[in-house]
Amino acid sequence: MTDASFPRRRTGRPAFRRAAESVVTRAIAFSGIAAIVILAAITVFLGMNALRAVGDVGLWSMITGTDWFPTSKEPSYGFLPAIVGSLWVTAVALVVSVPVGVAAAIYISEFASRRTKEVAKSVIEFMAAVPSVVLGLMGLAVLVPSIRVLMRLDTGLTAFAAGIMVGVMALPTIISISEDAMHAVPADLRTGSLALGNTRWQTVHKVVLPAASSGVFAAVMLGVGRAIGETMVVLMLAGNSGIVPNTPLVSVRTMPGTIAGEMAEVVQGGEHYSVLFAMALVLFAMTFIINLVADVVLENQRKRWRR
Amino acid sequence: MVTAASGSFELDDVSVTYGNETAVAGVTMSIEPASVTALIGPSGCGKSTLLRCLNRMNDELGNVKVGGRILFDGVDIYDRSVDPVELRVRVGQVFQKPNPFPMSIFDNVAYGPRTHGVRRKAELDALVEESLKRAALWEEVKNSLKKHAFELSGGQQQRLCIARALATSPEVLLMDEPASALDPISTQQIEDTIAELKSSVTIVIVTHNMQQAARISDRTAFMLRESMDFPAQLVEVGDTRVMFTNPADKRTEAYITGRFG
Ligand SMILES: Nc1ncnc2c1ncn2[C@@H]1O[C@H](COP(=O)(O)OP(=O)(O)OP(=O)(O)O)[C@@H](O)[C@H]1O
Ligand SMILES: [Mg+2]
Repeated sequence: MTDASFPRRRTGRPAFRRAAESVVTRAIAFSGIAAIVILAAITVFLGMNALRAVGDVGLWSMITGTDWFPTSKEPSYGFLPAIVGSLWVTAVALVVSVPVGVAAAIYISEFASRRTKEVAKSVIEFMAAVPSVVLGLMGLAVLVPSIRVLMRLDTGLTAFAAGIMVGVMALPTIISISEDAMHAVPADLRTGSLALGNTRWQTVHKVVLPAASSGVFAAVMLGVGRAIGETMVVLMLAGNSGIVPNTPLVSVRTMPGTIAGEMAEVVQGGEHYSVLFAMALVLFAMTFIINLVADVVLENQRKRWRR
Repeated sequence: MVTAASGSFELDDVSVTYGNETAVAGVTMSIEPASVTALIGPSGCGKSTLLRCLNRMNDELGNVKVGGRILFDGVDIYDRSVDPVELRVRVGQVFQKPNPFPMSIFDNVAYGPRTHGVRRKAELDALVEESLKRAALWEEVKNSLKKHAFELSGGQQQRLCIARALATSPEVLLMDEPASALDPISTQQIEDTIAELKSSVTIVIVTHNMQQAARISDRTAFMLRESMDFPAQLVEVGDTRVMFTNPADKRTEAYITGRFG
């Protein structure tokens, strides 16, 4: 078929459109690559600065060391107090935020009217926008003294106090991602369940939650990632002691709190400085892995409904 | 098995209002037990709306008001004492698009009975087998009950949904264009299933396929919304053979012979 037989019909898009499209495609590809390059640069940067610590102290003896006394005559650079401290804070944060967050997501996705849903969603976005130092202040003013009195402790600055506030910070993430996962469950499954004589609660429990479970899991993982990396709140509320805590009701130090709290006081390029970088590397690896797991799970969840 | 005498509806001046738009008004008709009633009419005339009144699924949409009276075996189903959740155990529904749950074939069929307290394995096994047999799916799946429901074909999935609805032993089965998403062979299988079922279950089926309505139904109701300014109405209801050979209303004749709609 020649062009002459169909003179009015174009067989392709105009050249400038194609050019524009290829420019946009390239720009997008470049942004994607840039993100990877930045990620790699961060890792290399942390790694290089941590080299001295790895050489002087040894990565393994840092990770398994139980004492953090970087400024004593015989400094000891054990990460365990900070790792275990971070884990306590995270555990408390999860106990606070998972039940509340998942319940809120169920309410918003399954029970709220359209208007309530809109209001709730903007409130949650607003919550996510509260600066963490504000939450820290509230924790200091209200939570820390109440915990000290109620639990009869010497100090309210504990993993417990920090965990509660970090849990509040993780709430928006957990709510909105679990809500997304529940929202993605096809409506005709709910209708099908209701038409079989199930209540809304039974429908949520038997169809919606199982179908959305991997998304809810991913939401929790992202919440964990948020909690482990949170700095300001723990710096203000956790108390920063140097021993390995065996309960959340004592002062603990966390990895981000330690790094932020001590970086300003160390000799640049010194041993302590390098050790803090090694700690940052460990922290980065932990959050990276957690986010990766969450991403993989979320992606599988999305694939599931492409019937 | 349910006796053939139960499962009747009496509709008296039924109207349905979405927000402030009345979609259907003045529907008065009866649905006889152990028979197939076909609801026909052009798109948007309120067939699905009327169907959803019968198991109160309209309640779930919110902002829907149902007027008039609907008696199910003599009981007003919109009475305050009636729990719609319990009503739906007796009045099952099958939807246009097959909607099996993301679980095994067995669990799909056992879903309703489990909600209503059936726990014993033997009892569930028997119920699942009986329901699948009634839905004419048993022979195809009896060796793969643990298989995920999504692995079935569309027609099989729809028959699974019929089996799932039958498992709570409903007296009535509402079907909203149950075969419109299926190929001719699957459609035939669904029609055969309906013919088998009607001795034990009252069936109300919405269909756009005139031949299908003529083939499978005992009675036919023709609905029409002549203008968007007015609600849809029931034009004519009666014996299917009479309606298709000698309709009382000109509009029915025009619709059936394909002259509008
Ligand atoms: N959930 C709803 N909210 C508001 N209006 C609705 C809703 N469902 C149906 N309607 C309105 O009610 C009228 C009848 O719709 P319905 O779905 O019952 O028609 P139908 O006869 O089943 O059509 P079809 O053959 O296309 O399925 C339409 O005007 C529609 O806009
Ligand atoms: Mg319809």
